[in-house]
Amino acid sequence: MGKYLLRRLAVNVILVAVAASLAYMLAATTMNPRAAYEGRQPPVAEAVVDATLDAYNLNDKTPVLQRYATWVSGVVTGDFGKTWNGGSVNDEMGRRIMVSLRLLLVGTLVGFALGVALGAYSAVKQYRFADRSIGVSSFVVMAIPVFVLATLLAIGTYNLNRGLGFTLIEYTGEYNPRLSGWDQLLNRLNHLILPTISLSLGSIAFYSRIQRSMMLDVLNQDFVRTAMAKGLRRRTALLKHALRTALIPAATYFAFAFGTMLTGATFTEKIFAWHGMGAWLIDSIQQNDVNAVAAVSFFSAVCVLAAAFLSDLLVAALDPRVRVS
Amino acid sequence: MSILEVRDLNVTFPGGIEAVRGVSYEVSRGEVLGIVGESGSGKSVTSLAIMGLLPPNAVVSGSVKLHGKELLGLDEGKLTEVRGKSISMIFQDPLSAFTPVYTIGDQVAEAVRVHQKLPKDKAAKRAVELLDLVGIPHPDARAKSFPHEFSGGMRQRAMIAMAIANDPDLLICDEPTTALDVTIQAQVLEVLKTAQRETGAGIVMITHDLGVIAGMADRVLVMYAGRPVEQGRVDDIYSRPRMPYTMGLLASIPRIDGEQGPLVPIEGNPPSPVELPPGCPFAPRCPMKVDACDDEEPPLVEIGGGRQVACIRSREIEHKNLTGTDVFPVPVIPPSDAVRVPREQRPTVLELDDVIRHYPLMKGAVFKRRVGTVHAVDGISFDIAQGETLALVGESGCGKTTTLQQIMQLRAPERGRVVVLGRDSATLNKAAHKELRSELQIVFQDPMAALDPRMPVGDIIAEPLRAHGRKDVAVRVDELLRLVGLAPEHAARYPQHFSGGQRQRIGIARALALDPKVLVLDEPVSALDVSIQAGVINLLERLKNTLGLSYLFVAHDLAVVRHLADRVAVMYLGKITEIGAVEDVYDRPAHPYTQALLSAIPLPDPALERTRKRILLDGDLPSPADPPSGCRFRTRCPKFARLSQAEQRRCVDEEPLVARHANAMDHGVACHYAEEIEVITASEDQEEQ
Repeated sequence: MGKYLLRRLAVNVILVAVAASLAYMLAATTMNPRAAYEGRQPPVAEAVVDATLDAYNLNDKTPVLQRYATWVSGVVTGDFGKTWNGGSVNDEMGRRIMVSLRLLLVGTLVGFALGVALGAYSAVKQYRFADRSIGVSSFVVMAIPVFVLATLLAIGTYNLNRGLGFTLIEYTGEYNPRLSGWDQLLNRLNHLILPTISLSLGSIAFYSRIQRSMMLDVLNQDFVRTAMAKGLRRRTALLKHALRTALIPAATYFAFAFGTMLTGATFTEKIFAWHGMGAWLIDSIQQNDVNAVAAVSFFSAVCVLAAAFLSDLLVAALDPRVRVS
Repeated sequence: MSILEVRDLNVTFPGGIEAVRGVSYEVSRGEVLGIVGESGSGKSVTSLAIMGLLPPNAVVSGSVKLHGKELLGLDEGKLTEVRGKSISMIFQDPLSAFTPVYTIGDQVAEAVRVHQKLPKDKAAKRAVELLDLVGIPHPDARAKSFPHEFSGGMRQRAMIAMAIANDPDLLICDEPTTALDVTIQAQVLEVLKTAQRETGAGIVMITHDLGVIAGMADRVLVMYAGRPVEQGRVDDIYSRPRMPYTMGLLASIPRIDGEQGPLVPIEGNPPSPVELPPGCPFAPRCPMKVDACDDEEPPLVEIGGGRQVACIRSREIEHKNLTGTDVFPVPVIPPSDAVRVPREQRPTVLELDDVIRHYPLMKGAVFKRRVGTVHAVDGISFDIAQGETLALVGESGCGKTTTLQQIMQLRAPERGRVVVLGRDSATLNKAAHKELRSELQIVFQDPMAALDPRMPVGDIIAEPLRAHGRKDVAVRVDELLRLVGLAPEHAARYPQHFSGGQRQRIGIARALALDPKVLVLDEPVSALDVSIQAGVINLLERLKNTLGLSYLFVAHDLAVVRHLADRVAVMYLGKITEIGAVEDVYDRPAHPYTQALLSAIPLPDPALERTRKRILLDGDLPSPADPPSGCRFRTRCPKFARLSQAEQRRCVDEEPLVARHANAMDHGVACHYAEEIEVITASEDQEEQ
């Protein structure tokens, strides 16, 4: 079993390398960092521009493979290079990474847990009012793009706060720099509410649909009947025997859902003015910042594959049949 | 003092489906009540209603009293105190009845802990004791295994352990051995008897197998279309049935000790529970029907001797002492012309010579590597003469189906030869291959899965004709439908409009479309109900005799085989252990495995069943990936255990080959120490003859 997981881990490391390399190649061949120095008043001499770009490993006159080699030798030692204007990518990433991870982690957990719970509940109440309303709401949420959803949430909260006359829920930014200590922590949590909702609603809807059908498959299985025949209450039998078994397929979707989550995070960060990795990606594409784009892609690849690995772990933990073979 | 008292139980599902109508019975301490009936007769629904496990949309009325306390209408809290404690249930399919993600030990321990306030470790210890009680070897280690790591028989044992965990007063067994092989069935029935001895519980045994009931039950309740139609002591029901349905049922089962003549089928199908006929539900199929039968449904009335019968003509049946063969029309099957010629002079239509089929056992996700070999079929030889039926029998996993697939492939096997109608399958070119296909056809086990649900029956039968470019398709389809006992107007309907028996007839018609010479039958009747099965067996026999067909017949039901086959080959772990004429093999089996197999089959005769000695085999089939050296059966062989060490050496070192046994014309045995034993005691009517 340990060997199996180690092998999966090794495969994932290779996949991260491939994904990050492809992202770098794409960014390096299509983006033009030179544009930032051209057309300046007063004009900058080409030799100076070349020298600057060379220093940042961004010069399009250097063959792309050579730039790639330089980038790789940096990345291997943990140095992601320089931004378009000479700043350190590592410093910037250090500032932003926790912002994004906090959002992603909470969003994923809330999305998975609530989605599974709603789906299971919906299956048990099949065709009742609760099932139908959960179903309709899920499809409505899935049909609304995340940027519309986030904007609607922000507007709604703004109106709510105005109506109340004070700020109940924060709708922009990440924290209030004037506070400190416990107040600051509470304020950070308050700031987290709205982005988390916007980010997790989609996955709640997604997981609830999957979990509902998995649960329905299991509900009429003989082993649930056996559990009740032993003398377990229906509730216990459903939770301990049915849901536990029905969780296995949902866990395999964990990796897939995470990709969508990253996209959602990009929009959410931008709309709620969080300075995370997603917002940075958009900014750096606008600024032709090759190294920053590559760094964000690297981060995304690591996240997705970590999710995939976690999903493997989860399946192995839930399903003894996988563990044995 | 009765433990359970069921009075006038009715179960109705939405859509007016009356699944159970007026069932009443009692079970006393230590008593076994057998409930017999075909699929859809409401026998399982009855037991689920007693346990309160029916879906919430089922409407249950009547009364179910346990120790005089009413169970129907109890709230969940009260009901959970009864379930698993006073009444336990054993389900049919033990694989799906266990939660796949928990260990067997945990699941048994859970049953203990639900009703007894025991700490976890004590409950786990109790679980191991229970597993030991039901005969699971190394129970402490096996308790940590998951359900998928258990074999079918072991799972059913564990199921029994779980059911008796709280010393129940009543055990309900719903088809407990239907999914198991006969030798395993015999083991599990023994365990059930032990369980009953240990707990003193009353047992409700639900099954369609009249043989199992004969050996287990004290009293029998026969159900038809949701109603009890006859009830009484087991000996009375079997020897003097008084309801035509019971009479027909008993006459329609093939018996391993039975005489040869055609089986007596019950024509027609059970009525649909939504549109029941106004009178007796069995009337449309009953040969004794009179006009009064259609007036009203006959009630279940006492006829003396603790018997109850629901038939207005039961007095008359009693008076004239009628049996199924007297009442039901016995079909006439024309004899075969082929048998007039001695077997040696008839051409051989199918020949297998030392055929093997191995499957590689692969491991690894990206780089597959071979870690072993599954010896599915490991050097078997047999031949079939024209007009003859050879049956291939054995337990699941012995290689029967693989052999069929190898033959149907019409390709060269890994080793050995497959010769069909004188042509070696290794030498066929494309055209010859197609031509030979039309001569060799197959009928599948599951008639539901074998027919395309979106194709009208006419097209299903016409498909092979069109594939081979025949012109007279429409005429031929009509002809085929009539041949298998269906009507030409059935051609426009879809498979879902037919019952299981009719679907199997459609499958047979399709196989016959191209006038094949050899028909391969893969368990053709095992998915059918007893009363339907007899009709299909008779059809197969009639077709063989009139069309001059030869059959290769694969089955695990040895009674059906005795009835239909001329010769039989017994397989064990990819090898033939015994082969020969049916009479020789059944009456004078010489291989210990054949003997055990035959003795494991329950006879539908209570008196015989009680006195019969069974040869019980230990354990399960070894893995075909790692078969034992020498004789493959030695690990479970009762004879091997009795041999001296020097004699045993030979079984371990030397693989026995099929050798002609004694002076019999056609009887080969693969055993170093072959010795005939009579395992089927002749039934009374045979002795009379």
